[in-house]
Order: sequence, then C-alpha cells, then structure tokens
Amino acid sequence: MQLTRRDATAALAALGATGGIAYGARHFTSDDETDADDTDANTDASDDTQSSEGDDHLRSTLVAVAGVLYPNEVEGIEGFVNTFLDGRLDDSPHAEGVRSAIQTLDEHAEAWYNVKIVDMESETIDGLLREIGADTADEDPNGPTAERIRYYVVNELLLALFTSPTGGELVGIENPIGHAGGLGSYTQGPGGGQ
Amino acid sequence: MSGRDRTPVDDAEVCVIGAGPAGGLIADRLAADHTVVVLDAGPRFDPSDRLERQERAIRPSYDRPDVWDGDPERDAHAASGEWFYPLNHARVKGIGGSTLHWQGMVMRLHEDDFNSESARGVGVDWPIDYADLRSYYAAAERELGVAGADHPYAPPREEPFPMTEFEPSYSDSLFADACERLEIDMHPVPNARNSESYGDRSACVSYGTCQPVCPSGAKYDATVHVDRAESKGATVIDRAVVGRLEHDRDRVTAAVYNTPDGAEHRQKADVFVLAAGGVETPRLLLLSESDEYPEGLANSSGLVGSFFMDHLFAGMGGLLDEPTRQNHVGFLTSECHQFYNDADAEIAPFKLEFFNYDGPSPVTMALTGDDWGDALLDRVRADYGNHIGMGALVEQLPTEESYVGLDHDQTDPFGNPVPDVHWTVDDRALRTIERANEIQREILTELGVEITWQVGPDNTGPAYHHMGTTRMSDDPADGVVRPDLRTHDLQNCWIASSGVFPTGGAMNPTLTIAAIALKAAGHIDEAL
Repeated sequence: MQLTRRDATAALAALGATGGIAYGARHFTSDDETDADDTDANTDASDDTQSSEGDDHLRSTLVAVAGVLYPNEVEGIEGFVNTFLDGRLDDSPHAEGVRSAIQTLDEHAEAWYNVKIVDMESETIDGLLREIGADTADEDPNGPTAERIRYYVVNELLLALFTSPTGGELVGIENPIGHAGGLGSYTQGPGGGQ
Repeated sequence: MSGRDRTPVDDAEVCVIGAGPAGGLIADRLAADHTVVVLDAGPRFDPSDRLERQERAIRPSYDRPDVWDGDPERDAHAASGEWFYPLNHARVKGIGGSTLHWQGMVMRLHEDDFNSESARGVGVDWPIDYADLRSYYAAAERELGVAGADHPYAPPREEPFPMTEFEPSYSDSLFADACERLEIDMHPVPNARNSESYGDRSACVSYGTCQPVCPSGAKYDATVHVDRAESKGATVIDRAVVGRLEHDRDRVTAAVYNTPDGAEHRQKADVFVLAAGGVETPRLLLLSESDEYPEGLANSSGLVGSFFMDHLFAGMGGLLDEPTRQNHVGFLTSECHQFYNDADAEIAPFKLEFFNYDGPSPVTMALTGDDWGDALLDRVRADYGNHIGMGALVEQLPTEESYVGLDHDQTDPFGNPVPDVHWTVDDRALRTIERANEIQREILTELGVEITWQVGPDNTGPAYHHMGTTRMSDDPADGVVRPDLRTHDLQNCWIASSGVFPTGGAMNPTLTIAAIALKAAGHIDEAL
C-alpha cells in the first residue's frame, strides 16, 4: 500500500503539529502520489522548512528505522516520514526527546557495530532495536533507554502509521482512532455498503 | 479572565463554585443581569492543546488522569469502602469539569425514577416529579445540543430533539437481526454531540477518542457555557481551591480559596452556588464545620455525604466470525430501554448498550506489542475486526453504608482533609447485573458470538456518576436541599449537582444535572 502526503498530514492532524501540515508536498514526487487531491496544496511553502544538517541526519535515521518497523507492503515511507517530521520536529520538548533518542540509538549503533544507523542493513537495525530492548519495553518518555527509544522512535513511527488512513486500511479500518475521517465509515459494512 | 489575577471580585452577587456543566449553565443564565464570579480548583485548559491530549489518550504511557493534567497531590483521596472507588479516573478538575472527558450520553430519567418508593417499593421518592423537570429537560437539550430521536420507552416529550440522531452503526445492524428475532427493541442514543453543526460548534468528524477528549469540540463540554458566561461579564478564576465557606447561622458570607501563589482569598457574594459535583460539594460542606454547624455546614439533617451512589456496569462480548467494524467512532448509537420500566423491589432499572468500540484498536495493539513489521501486521489483522460487545448501566439504591466523608489522616496541599469515598453496593443492584448479563448472553448467543468476556456482579465497576450526597427533600430532616435546590439550612446557598438526586435511576445523569441547574438558576434569579 502506498503512503501519501494525505496520510502524513492526517497523522499530524491526529497528533498535533506546529505549522508543518502545509509544507509536506516537497517530500513526494508525482510517482509517490496516488491521490490527485493531495498534490496541489501549498507546495511553495517548502522553503520555510529547510531543516538543519542535524535534523537531516535525524530524518534519514528515522526513515531507515521506519523501513524496519513498517510492514513490507507499505510503500512511500521516505516521503511519509519526512512530511510527518515536518510537523513534529519543532522546538518542543517532544522534538528534543526524539532528537535525543536518535542520538542515543546512533551511539549504541556505533559502539556495537562501528556504523551509524543510516548505513546499516535493515536486519542489523532490527537486531539493534531488539538488543536495546525496544521491542519488549513499555514506552515511557522519562524512562531508561529502552523505554525512551520505544516512546520517541518505535512508537512515534508506529503511531504515525496507524493513525493514518492508509495505515488503518492495512488492517481493515479506513478511519482509525485519532483520524478525523468523518461520519461515513462507521455505518458502512466491510464492502463499503450499509 | 486574562493574566493571573486571581483576586476576589468586588460586590459579587453570585459566587459559583465549580466550572462544570451545572456551574457553567447557572453562570451563563445569571451573568447578563448579575455580577457573577466562578471559582474552580483546576486549571483553564488551552483549546489548542486538544490534539496533544488526544495523543496522550492514545499512547499507552499515559493513564486516564494524565490526559487532563490530573494532579495526584491536589486530587488526593481515600476509598475506605468495601468497594474501591477510583475517584481520579472519574473526574476532571478544571474549567469544563468532567464533561471534558465524558462520553456524552444524555437521557432523561424515566417518570418512575422520580417515584422509586411508591412505584417500585424501594428507595425514596423525589420531592419533584418528571413533570416538574420536563421543560427544564427540553431547555437543557437545547443548551447542550442533543442529537436524538424519540422511542416508545422514553418519558413523554414535547418537542423533537435539537438535532437528528446519529445513524445506527454497521455493528448495530448486526445486532438488529438477532434482537428482532428475540423481540428486543433497539433505539437511538441521545448524544450531546453534534450530528450537524450546532451554533458555532462543528459536526462530529469521528476522531474516535470521545472519552477522554474531543479535539473537534463537536462533543459538548461545559467550556461552552463558561465561555458564554464570561462573554456576558462573568469572572472565572481558575486554580482557586475553595477550602471553606465562612458563614453565620443563616447565610454563607464568603468562600475562602487558595491560589497557586500561596495566597488565601475571601470571595464574598450575596448568593453561593455549590456546583463541584457529588464528592467535592459534600466535602466542602463538611470542611466548613463550625460552632453553628458542628457536623458540617448545611448539615442539620446529618445527611451531608450520605447515600453516595453510582451506576454499576454490566457487560459481555466476544468474537464473531465476520467483520464487525469496531472503533470507527468513540460513541454509541443504539441502546435498549425495553426492560427499564419493569423495575421493582427485586430488580433495579437498567438499560442495555450496543458497543461501537469493542476490542482493541489497531493503533493500541501496535503501540503495546513486542513486534513490528510483517509480524505486527499479521497480529493486528488476526486480532482486530471481529470483536463485538454490549454494556449495561444498573441503578444502585441509596444506603447509609455508602457515603462520602473526610479522611482526617490525609490532607491536600492546603492542609484540608481529603475526601473519602466509602462506596458499597446493594444486593438488588447485583441481582440486576445478573439479569442484564442474562439478556446480553441471550442476544450474543442468538447472534452467534463466541463469548470471551463478561463483567458481572463479581467484577463490576462504577460508571463515574456521583449521586446522592446532598439529597433533595421536602422535609429538612430528610435531606440537604429543598426542591428549589436551596439548602434547607442556609438562605443564600444553592446546590446544583447530581448530589441532590435522592435516587439515581439508570440513566447517565448529566442531562438531569443540567435540567436541575437551569431550574436552580431560575430560583436564584428570583431570590436576587
């Protein structure tokens, strides 16, 4: 399934963003985009969102991690994650938590594998996350490393996916919790009928 | 109120304590013609933070009280009863009160609910009847904005609901066939939630997180009326913790409150309205004991805090071998009052609810699992989509063993003893939970559901409706407030709360709270 800018903006609309919603079109090429209605909004605002070099690395790292966390049939991950991050990487404490968690993750990668995450194979990233304990940890923004990685990295990315319409459709719910999908879907049967 | 000025208002005519639906409605009704000040112990929340609160509602690391900045120290409480009472899961302190996290179901009590003793042989009769509240119910439905439709089991009404009802869900349609075969009627739920735009609030857009937060504002909350009261000139002071009511024998003279800067203030007024709910209102009266009222203010009857009631939950659900389409919306669209009016001394009134959000949602499953990638996808696909369930609310009787008191071993940050919710439940309520379970099992079995969970008499819990602790009565010996909601003892002190309910019925109480608040507002206006 193809993730679109609409999915990223929907995830941001569910979780809160500080001005990033209008900016995301730059991350999608026409090949990525499957919804014609999604392609024509506010593309000229992208100059305002040029991120720092540090955030560019952060973005690349989160895209690489999303490639592990998201199911194989999901496509368009890079554009989706970058658009989502446009709205999340502000100067808020939450964004600082994401930056700090990624830095911690990279430090573990370099200490254990002598390489940064962006240069790792997917299998190695998967192993690193499990070795840290992010698979079995309960998320906690103030907890030890595994719980912070779970909160700011693993669940941050899973939250984005599963509050988006395409993420919902993957598992049979086109209007997932958190998404303001309107009053149409709850009356419809599995085939779209009443 | 802008800035941080939390000093008292000069020459106030009305001081309202509690900025929930009762306090908000009364302030709104009186603000145009009177000088009104509203004090609330909790903060004023920024409407622009609601998406952040929604994220807290979805993320597993946040507990329910975290969504609305619950403060365990400020909100400390005891639960000494036979049944533990999770008070801080049941309430929100702040401007808007517990309507910020409520479900938004707004039914009128049935006619017999006002005459429990004479009609059912148990409990007590209210000193007012349904007819006395009928016009206030209609006004309350307009004020809150209620989407609903009439049905044969509801009490008589004089006009249509302000908004058309929400359509039945797909899940409802699955239940409908089974219920029809069993000759059990389903009908729409009245929702304080916009099925179309209402005033300046939008129609519901289905965020699906109604309880505990509606980011769109389509679900009514009391900030609607608090904001309106302010626009008419009322002053609202947040984080003003009232710890005592100064008084003489006949009148309250001032509300003594603390503010975050450590200051203590005294708000004087001609009239005081206690609208802090069924727990904090009796607590404040008990904290205000004096030589004139050694057992607590307005407590000549000795009944302040007595007869604490909640509604009991009964439920059942399981798995169906076809998609059930749960978790698209966070509210209910169908229920059944067919058995409600059969209530007697043995079986309490109860209503049945048909869920639209049974079972886990995919995002919750994703955030709490030990897997990701294709393994996560396989697990969610296997576990989401076939759940289906029912609920029920059951009346509990007022008993002296169930009460709100003070725990003198614990104090809040200002040195005041914390509330102790000493909750017990009567046998009739437990029998009724069994009866509700029987009908739920019958329906689910007819539908072909593999039943996997049940909430019965052994594991039931409260619906977070605090009732009975400042009972309404004709005779001053039998209650705390008169039928006009003024306290029997004090000439200038009114109570607007579900605490005044002599019995609880089995209907969610907020519409009746709103109706009573509007009735009280009229009486207060006359008194002024």
